[in-house]
Amino acid sequence: MSATPQITQELIPSADELLPEPQAGGGRRRREWTDLLLGSWRFGRTKVGVIIVAAIVVLAIIGPWIAPHSPYVFVGPPYSAPSAHALLGTDYIGHDVLSRVLCGGRTVIGLSVVATALAMVLGVALGLIAGYSRPAVDDVIMRLLDVLLAFPSIVFVLLLVALLGHSLVLIVVAVAVTHAPRIARVARGATLEIVGRDFVHASEALGVPRRKILLGEILPNITSPLLVEFGLRLTYSIGLIAALSFLGFGLQPPSADWGLMIQENRVAIVVQPWAVAVPVILIALLTIGTNLATDGVSRALIGIDRDTGAK
Amino acid sequence: MPPLLKLILRRLGLGVLTLFLVSLVVFGATQALPGDPAKAILGKQSADKAMYQALRRQLNLDRPVYVQYESWLKGVVTGHMGTSLASGTTVTSLIGQKVANSFALVLLAALISIPISLLIGSLSALWRDSVFDLTASVGSLALAALPEFVIAMLLILLFATAVTHVLPAVSRIPPGSTPWAQWDMLILPVLTLVLAVAPYISRILRASMIEVLESDYVQMARLKGMPERTVLQRHALPNAIIPAIQVSALQLAWLAGGVVVVEYVFNYPGIGSAFIDAVNNRDLPVVQAIALLIAAVYVCANLLADILTILVSPRLRTGLR
Repeated sequence: MSATPQITQELIPSADELLPEPQAGGGRRRREWTDLLLGSWRFGRTKVGVIIVAAIVVLAIIGPWIAPHSPYVFVGPPYSAPSAHALLGTDYIGHDVLSRVLCGGRTVIGLSVVATALAMVLGVALGLIAGYSRPAVDDVIMRLLDVLLAFPSIVFVLLLVALLGHSLVLIVVAVAVTHAPRIARVARGATLEIVGRDFVHASEALGVPRRKILLGEILPNITSPLLVEFGLRLTYSIGLIAALSFLGFGLQPPSADWGLMIQENRVAIVVQPWAVAVPVILIALLTIGTNLATDGVSRALIGIDRDTGAK
Repeated sequence: MPPLLKLILRRLGLGVLTLFLVSLVVFGATQALPGDPAKAILGKQSADKAMYQALRRQLNLDRPVYVQYESWLKGVVTGHMGTSLASGTTVTSLIGQKVANSFALVLLAALISIPISLLIGSLSALWRDSVFDLTASVGSLALAALPEFVIAMLLILLFATAVTHVLPAVSRIPPGSTPWAQWDMLILPVLTLVLAVAPYISRILRASMIEVLESDYVQMARLKGMPERTVLQRHALPNAIIPAIQVSALQLAWLAGGVVVVEYVFNYPGIGSAFIDAVNNRDLPVVQAIALLIAAVYVCANLLADILTILVSPRLRTGLR
């Protein structure tokens, strides 16, 4: 054990546990991905997760076209009960709740995907560099990332918001920055497993530039654990971005957004529970769905390792 | 120096270094970033020269950065964290009672969630692949995915408003009185935190328990005819619990951040809701103080977990000799 034993807060199998046999050929790599996705589909939870996520994403995308009203017009008195005119009733200023639900999913899904993608780029780059550098450089990078890890994500994001003010760009970047160190740890762990392999030594002996070895030899061989990490980070990004909107630091009124809707209507939760309950349940289903699907993939990955006898 | 002590001292040193760097981040993020905090705080009013200069003096912005940091750090160490810009009182008096309130929340959540999740984790491992195990597995996956504010809102919908009305939806605890006096107001916030952390602890204990149950020494104990109860109590649990100690400590650390949103939802007067207020008012001294406090709790809990792990792991203890 190292002098600084640490466990990531999340429940992910360690990177080396998740690493399939390294392969150099493109064809075999493609087969590995097919195996992984087919393997994860065997688990009931993957199917349930994918179906939930697909349904919600489709709802969010086509929602604005099928919404009965514009999300910004007044269709009745505030907090009216459900009626034939407004199937889920009206919200705090008389907007149609159903229309706002149908229009309010794009933002949280879109921002979370962008933040997670950015976090992956940052985290994987840092992890690859740390794992393929001299121990001193590796130590410095990982120590500095540990400092960021001391801040719970929400605290770090709000710290930046306090200084720089409300801005969606800032929130996406801040969410990405809080996730990057956690991704970097996984990427570094997986990289360390690969750098000692013969095909890396062979490339080094041939004088292939280090940048090309990182991107051409190492990165393609650690994509599977990174896929699991992406799913996990996406789940947390959705929660974080919805929470920021709920706290009033994300989307601003009159935007239609699930997190914001919960905040806007929660004072009248007794009178008109639908305006709160429906967005709450949709966010809950979305995060549960991404987590179930991710768990299926990570289980399949461990299974593939067992089949090939890698671990 | 005994090697064990050396290992612990080294870990302590790293902890102090991390704390120092954390303080740099908090200070840097709020005071030394490009852009002028005084201008940012005043917004449109920054045209008022006198007001702007006064605020710059109050925030020490008219002095070099390292002097600002030094005086700020001195204040932090001696408990003088500056004056709140929004209320005019000192930060220490503003958050003093709130720290105690949040501590009550975290303490209760930890005392309830740790034993329950350890029990669920061990039972899942013992009855592996049973209906109980599967339910616990899917349930904990779902709970681990849910953002805290969603858990809180679901509980409010279920127990405090729409479905039933048995518990208070907000925890308005008047200043001066302690949360212990209104225990019913603690139930929902504590339950939210318990549901948020328990899945992580129970899953890690399940995994480590399965590993231990498949180990040679447990096989050996069973083969020599030791009763199953004794095998579990004497051999399995003490070894399986080691990784759970670390995760529990990390979850405690997480609770320090988790209270931010949960307190806000329930209007609970702790450091979390104070933090949100301070961010809204751009009350930088309060934001700095609370962010530093939460990060320090995280670093210390981590440190404690590592030292405990070193002390309870026979391999680490004896391997050093």
